[in-house]
Parts: sequence; structure tokens; C-alpha cells
Amino acid sequence: MVEISRTLLYIAFILYLLGTIFFAVSVTGKKWRDKDGAMTGNRWGFFGFIVTTIGFISALGYFITRWIAAGHPPVSNMFEYLTALAITLSLAFIILYLIYKTNVLGMFTLPVVMLLIAYASLFPTEVEPLIPALQSDWLAIHVSTTVLGQGILSVGAAAGFIYLARTLDFTQRGKKVFWFEFIIYTLTSLLGYILIRYIFQWMNYTAQFQYIDENGQSDEMTYHLPALIGPNEGELLTSGVMRPFINAPAWIRSDDLNTVIWSLITGLIIYFLLRLLLRKPIGARLQPFLKGIQPTVIDEVSYRAIAIGFPIFTLGGLIFAMIWAQIAWTRFWGWDPKEVWALITFLFYAAYLHLRLSRGWHGERSAWLCVIGFAIIMFNLIFVNLVIAGLHSYA
Amino acid sequence: MEKIKCECGHENPYGTKLCEACGKPLEDEEKSSTLLDMRYDGVARRSQTYNKTIVDKIWNFFSSVKVGVWLIILTLVASSIGTIFPQELYIPNTVDPAEYYREEYGIFGQLYYTLGFHNLYGSWWYMLLVASLGVSIIVASIDRGVPLYRVLKNQRVTRNENFLKRQRLFGQTKTENIDETMEKARSLLKRRKYKIREENGHILAEKGRFSRWGPYVNHTGLIIFLFGAMLRFFPGMYVDDLVWVREGEIEAIPGTGGEYYLENEQFIVDIYDKENTDEVFLDALERTEGPVIKNFQTNAVLYKRVDGGTIGEEPELEKVKTHEIRVNQPLTFDNFSLYQLNYKLNELNKMTFTLDHRETGESVGEIEIDLFQPEEEYDLGNGYRVVIDSYFPNFTFNEEGEPTTISSIPDNPAFIFRMYSPEHPEEGEYSFVGIQRNEDIFKENDYQMSFAGIETKHVTGLTVRKDLTLPFIILGGVIFMIGLIQGSYWSHRRIWLQRIHGEIWAAGYTNKQWESLKRDFQALEEAGIQMPEDRLEEKEKQKEKE
Ligand code: HEM
Repeated sequence: MVEISRTLLYIAFILYLLGTIFFAVSVTGKKWRDKDGAMTGNRWGFFGFIVTTIGFISALGYFITRWIAAGHPPVSNMFEYLTALAITLSLAFIILYLIYKTNVLGMFTLPVVMLLIAYASLFPTEVEPLIPALQSDWLAIHVSTTVLGQGILSVGAAAGFIYLARTLDFTQRGKKVFWFEFIIYTLTSLLGYILIRYIFQWMNYTAQFQYIDENGQSDEMTYHLPALIGPNEGELLTSGVMRPFINAPAWIRSDDLNTVIWSLITGLIIYFLLRLLLRKPIGARLQPFLKGIQPTVIDEVSYRAIAIGFPIFTLGGLIFAMIWAQIAWTRFWGWDPKEVWALITFLFYAAYLHLRLSRGWHGERSAWLCVIGFAIIMFNLIFVNLVIAGLHSYA
Repeated sequence: MEKIKCECGHENPYGTKLCEACGKPLEDEEKSSTLLDMRYDGVARRSQTYNKTIVDKIWNFFSSVKVGVWLIILTLVASSIGTIFPQELYIPNTVDPAEYYREEYGIFGQLYYTLGFHNLYGSWWYMLLVASLGVSIIVASIDRGVPLYRVLKNQRVTRNENFLKRQRLFGQTKTENIDETMEKARSLLKRRKYKIREENGHILAEKGRFSRWGPYVNHTGLIIFLFGAMLRFFPGMYVDDLVWVREGEIEAIPGTGGEYYLENEQFIVDIYDKENTDEVFLDALERTEGPVIKNFQTNAVLYKRVDGGTIGEEPELEKVKTHEIRVNQPLTFDNFSLYQLNYKLNELNKMTFTLDHRETGESVGEIEIDLFQPEEEYDLGNGYRVVIDSYFPNFTFNEEGEPTTISSIPDNPAFIFRMYSPEHPEEGEYSFVGIQRNEDIFKENDYQMSFAGIETKHVTGLTVRKDLTLPFIILGGVIFMIGLIQGSYWSHRRIWLQRIHGEIWAAGYTNKQWESLKRDFQALEEAGIQMPEDRLEEKEKQKEKE
């Protein structure tokens, strides 16, 4: 059963890739444009939609079969959670596609879906038994609602990103272009992380260290990437591998820091290769393909995504979360970091909705906010889980 | 202040921008701009009208969305600061916080502690921030909600030309047969679930007006929620306590005023081990170090005290119910809940010793000591007695080198016994016995106490919780969600179709989702009504060309 589940996820990944290609063709292919840049007789978008929908069904198959195999909903560790987010992101795209028929949204959302799945697969993927705190029906209710909300909010970010690519003036090098390119750089860093991890995994690379942890105890740590930064008073136990340049102090998780540095460097390399290839800011290259899109429409798509996603996120991430916390942890609210970050996400989107009530906050500013919102969601998911680990520690 | 009378005869409150009934722009400023500012339909809001007294100023401050957003952002930023280092709540409670933050997190930790961020969410300024948020929500809602309600109730079907012309969606249609077109349009709109009102052949089609109340409903929910959270600070509303119960024992449940008692019949811990676990989990278990806990539970019996017992006497108890308390499955009764929180396995409970003759090794007898209620003297008959001279449940040497105890929990029990025997009937012999320790005080005893066995018990740690604020929290949450859905998943759309100068003038307004409104207009093309142009979009296109 676990094998079937894995295969279905793999198939979904391939289909999302196909979907991306189809949508990209539909947006960038020249021959379907009339002189105003509007689409005519273009069926690639429709194919893309069909392929994506089948991909989603396959991904759903992964989810259900894994649920059956494990006997509990597959949302209990990092791999499962991130994969679930990828799946809901594709679902949210499908919903918005049905309302607004925007091919370009597919071209930008589906790659993120794929990145998330690839990233998720780098965490341990075994089926894990549940610890007592997670043995509750509320696990399924709380987590699936939250992740669905986050998926829909993320589509809002994709639409915001498209809005920026469509409207920013890339001929002028300023803060805006810089930050737009920065968004692309964060994506290439994620890609970079995924690539180097897979490469070194494929090479079976490990480096074992003996080190002194923050409590003064001697312990061992295994690196899966060459160590640029070693652990506190680290001594390399594996021979024939790279020695670290410096050692980190004890209170830093040095293997994580090392990974982050690798990702940032690889991301930078990928980004500059792209720049070399395109000879212009990436956004400037994207923009001509987006001319056919009405900014007011894509603005509304992003707002609509937030308006649909916000109540679902609130229900799952705050209300169901509080109900479950009351049952499992004796209190509905305890200022655990993860809880606080859910509150912060909630407040952020509340601020977004209120800002849209004021003049001058539609369009560009609102698009920036959507992208920042996505950054907050990912921060909560990854940084808070892995670094600030409180009661919610996954993985 | 005087009312403003519109051409159409309607009397508007002072400060109104667009006539409540016909929509005619009432102020010069409004007349000059091409697109009407349709926010709140141009009602007279207190905050926009008065700005003289101090009350006005405070009112205006809190009703401003700008201020509201600032308050939200400040709360957001403050909340995030609280997650940089753990809050005091989450650090071990055996250590001094000042030291803890300095040692764990260095200079920043020390700063964090000094600034009071270790207890951020309970700080006065954080509470003040949340309170201001509450005030702002109330003021802003009243400022807009009440007049908005008035205007939507008073609106007339027939609108002023100027009102129609200056909507974002506006178009004129010349048609041969106005009656027929209007009739067709009417039925098309009806099919799209619009509510139709007619007056002098004009049409007002409206849909989803209730969604306009969404924000007001959700704000009400928030206020109830905040009110509930505030009630926490009133005595009696909230109990948060802890009770440890050993297997086979009965303890009074704190916070219940001695009314309820809990018995721990048995405490169980299960781990996932290789034999009894589903095979899909084996890979994962292989990877994790140490045992993974599957379940821990207290088989509990709840008792209630029967009235009439005097305090201090052994209470007379009546069984109420039994329950297996697990994580996620608390025992609830009478507003209280008992949660499985913690446990201690194999706590020492009883110890047995034998009194032996040293030379012959012969045993005279055995005594069993209850480590929580040791007796003073154990009589073994035939002139043999053991007296407990001193008992140290958790033994250590103090600074002066004298034996003492850290706590009353027998984690490391030690005794000084006095052994009486026919050979030593008067004074007895002293013996100091602890774990891994058996010493004569004078090294010349005839008798000794030999360790013979221990009995241990599991102890369960349960959280006792009563929270009378929950009904408010739940009510607030439910109302908030209803309002949120109401305002987010529907939108308020209005379409005006009027016969003016032998044409049909069509105008549309929605508070959100213009694309959907446009699709409704597209449907009207079937009736022969031209698609109005989106003037905001036109304006933007114009700008882009320039
Ligand atoms: C965390 C606190 C708050 C939450 C969760 C919240 C939630 C909301 C939501 C969901 C909407 C609907 C927005 C839309 O439909 O796009 C809304 C509207 C609104 N909120 Fe809040 N709000 C909060 C605090 C405030 C504060 C502090 C103010 C004070 C100025 C305020 C004033 C308003 C106003 C004026 C509206 C528009 C009402 C209308 O469209 O008729 N809110 N709020």
C-alpha cells in the first residue's frame, strides 16, 4: 500500500510537470495571440487544466492510500505536511482556474507545487506511528483545514507575483525590481537546496562529527552535505571528506546552518546562470508574455484567493486548533511559538483585508502583501517547526 | 446640525455625501470628481462629520481604519518578538529565569529578560494593545455600521442621473423597444437570483446585501471573544492546578473545595515495540532512538464527598464514575476536566528490611516500611524491636555535612534505625541505612538491618482545569466565523436599469468581485443591453499607454 501511495505521488509530480509545460506553452506561444495580445483558439490551457486535474486526483490517491496504510491521516510529519500543502495548492489553483480561467496562474503555481513535493521528499518519508498527543480525530480535522487554507492563500501569492511581473517597470533599476528579483532568488535557493541534497544523497555522502553540545555533552552528528561549518569543537570522524572552514558555537544547529549556506550559494549560482542566459532581470523577460493579462483581473484573482482562503485558514489554524488544544493540552491557547505564528498569519491577512479598504492599496501594494503572506506561511511551516520547535515539533 | 434636503425630497443627516434615497451627490467635492466614492454609499459617518471636542477626536482616532491597521500590525510585531526565545512559561521551573536567559542565550537573552519579553503576552503594554484593538473594532463598527444600515434600508429604486453616470460600471443603450428589453433583462436577472424592485419602470436588482453585515458580525464575535478572554482574570472563573496520584491511592482534587476525589486504580504506559506494532511503522521506529510511546493512561475512579462529613475526618465518598484518562481523552465532570499530563514510573513506595544477627547471619524478622507513612516502631516480638530514629525521604548531606532531606518524595530514602534486642534492651544499636549504604555508627553492632526488597508504584500527573470563560470563547468564535464567511463568500451587487431620455441607462456597483458583476452584465447582453464599460480599467489602460 505504501508503495502504491508513493507511485501515485510520483505520477502526480510528472503530471504537474506536464501541466506546467502546457500552461507555459499556452501563455508564451506566439501563434495564438492576436494583435492585442489576447488569446484566441488556444487549447493548450485547457489541456494543462485537464492534466493538472488528473495530477490532483493522483495526488489525492497518494493521500488516501497512505491514510489507509498508516491508519491515520498522513499529516503528522514534515514530509506529509508539505506534500499536503502542495496538494491543496494545486486544488486551490483548480478552483480559481474554474472561476477566472487564467492559464498564467497555472504556469506559476504548478512549479511551486512541484518544488514543495520535491522539498518534502527530502525529509524522512517513512510512515510513522502516532504519539499520544496526536491520537485524535482532530488531527485530520485541524491539519487538513489549515493546510487547505494555506494552499489557497498561497495561490493568492502566486497571483500577486504575476501582478508584479506584469506591472513593474523593469527598465528602471530600483528597490522594486530588486525585491522582485529577490523573490525569484528565494525560489532558486529552494531549487538549489533540493538539487544539491539530491545530488549528495545520490552520491551517498556522509560526514560524521564528534562534537560538544550546548549542555557540554559529547555527541555525534552526521552531515549529508560537505561541511563548510562544523559543529562546536567538532572532530571529523569520517576520512576522505571535506574539512569545515570554521566551527559554529554550541547553541547553533550547525548542520542546519551548513545546509542553509549551501542552499543560498547554489541558489545564487542558479540565479546568475539564469541572468546570464536571459541577459536581463528575470522579471523583464517574463513581462512580455504577460501583456495579455488585465492587471485588475489578476488583482482580483489574488484578492479572491485570500478572501476564500482566510476563513478556511482561520477555521483550521485557529478555531479547530483551539478546540483541539483544549482537549489535548488542557488549554485552548498557550502562546506556543507555532500558535503565535498562526496568530501572526491571521493578523497579517486581517491587516491586508483592511488595507484593501483604503484607496491606493489595490494592485501593486496588495500584490506585495500577498507575497509577504506566503513568506510568513512558509516561515511558520519550516523555520518555526525546525528551529523554534515547541510543542508542535514535527519530524 | 441641520438636515440636508435633496431634490428628490429625502432628508439626509448632516454630513451625507450621496443622498440616501436617490444617490444624488450632495457636496461640491463629490460633484467634481468623475467616479463617485461609493464607500459606505456616501453615508454621514460621525467620524467624518465632527472633529471639535475631545470625544470627537478620540472617536475619530479609533474609528480610522489606518489606526486599526497600525494596531493590528503592532500586535503582530509584538507577538513575533515573543517567539524569539521561549517564554518564561516554557522554561524549566526549577531554575532562576534571570540566570536561565543569560546562560542559554547570552547577552541577547539577558536583554530579552531585562525588557520583560520573557513574559510578553502577560505584559501590561501587550494587553493595552489588545484592548485598544478591541476599542477600535467597536468604534469603527458603530461609526460605519449604523449609517450603512440606514442607507441600504432607505435606498430608492429611482436614482439621480448623476449617480448613475458616475458609477464605475456605466453604459447607455439605445433600443427600439424599451419595454421588451427591460422585461427581458428583468427575467434574466431574476434567473441569476437577483432580488428585483421596480418603480416607474426603473429596475433595481440587488443580491447578497446580507454579506455587507459580515464584517460587523465578525467584529461582534471578536469582541465577545476578547471579553471572554478578559474574564479569565476574575477569580473563580479559572482553575489551573496539578494533582499527583499514586496507584491505588485516592487524592482530593484541588480546586473543588474538597468535594471531589480521584482514585488511580492503575497507570499504564505502552510503547511501540517491534513485536506488537504494525509493520509499516518498522522503518520509522528503526530510525528513531529510544522508545516511542504509544499510550499512557490512568484508570481513574471519580468520587464525590457525601455531605455532612466534617473537615479533617476521613471523608465519606460516593463513586461517581470511572474513566480511562488519556491524552486527548480527559475526564470531565461539573465544569472540571482532568487531563493526562505527566507521570512518574516506579516511584519507591515501600521498603522491606530484615533484622539479622551479624555473626550467624540469622534473620530475626522482617519489617515493611511505607515510605510515605513510616511507623515509629516495628515490634518483632521476643524482645526485638526496630525504631525509626530519623527518616530522610530524599537524602543528602547539607553544607555542614549533616544528613538532611531535599523533599518529602522518597526518591532516595535513608533511615537511622535503632535496633532493640535481648542483648541491647535499653539503648539499642544504631544503624544508618540508605540506598547502597549500610553503616554502623560505631562499627561494633551485633545486629544489622539488611535490605530485603522494595515495592514501587507508578504515579500519574493530572492537570485540573476549570474554565468558565469557555462559553464566551466558543460563542465569540462561532459568531466570528459566521460573519467571516458571510462577508467573504458572498458579495453585495447592485444593478440599476433606468429609462432616461429614451435610452436605458445601466450602472452597477459591488463591494468586491467586479469580474463576477461584469459577468452578470454580460448575461444582460442577451436582452440587448450593452455591456457597460469598466471605467477604472479604462483609466488604468490609459495610464499605461502614456
Ligand atoms: C484582528 C482584528 C480584526 C479582524 C480579524 C477583522 C476582520 C475583518 C474582516 C474579515 C473584514 C472584512 C474585510 C473584507 O470584506 O474585505 C473587516 C472589515 C472591516 N474592519 Fe475589521 N477586523 C479586525 C480589526 C479591526 C479594527 C481594529 C478596525 C478599526 C478600524 C476594523 C475596521 C474594519 C472596517 C471599517 C471594516 C469594513 C467594514 C465594511 O466593509 O463595511 N477592523 N474586518
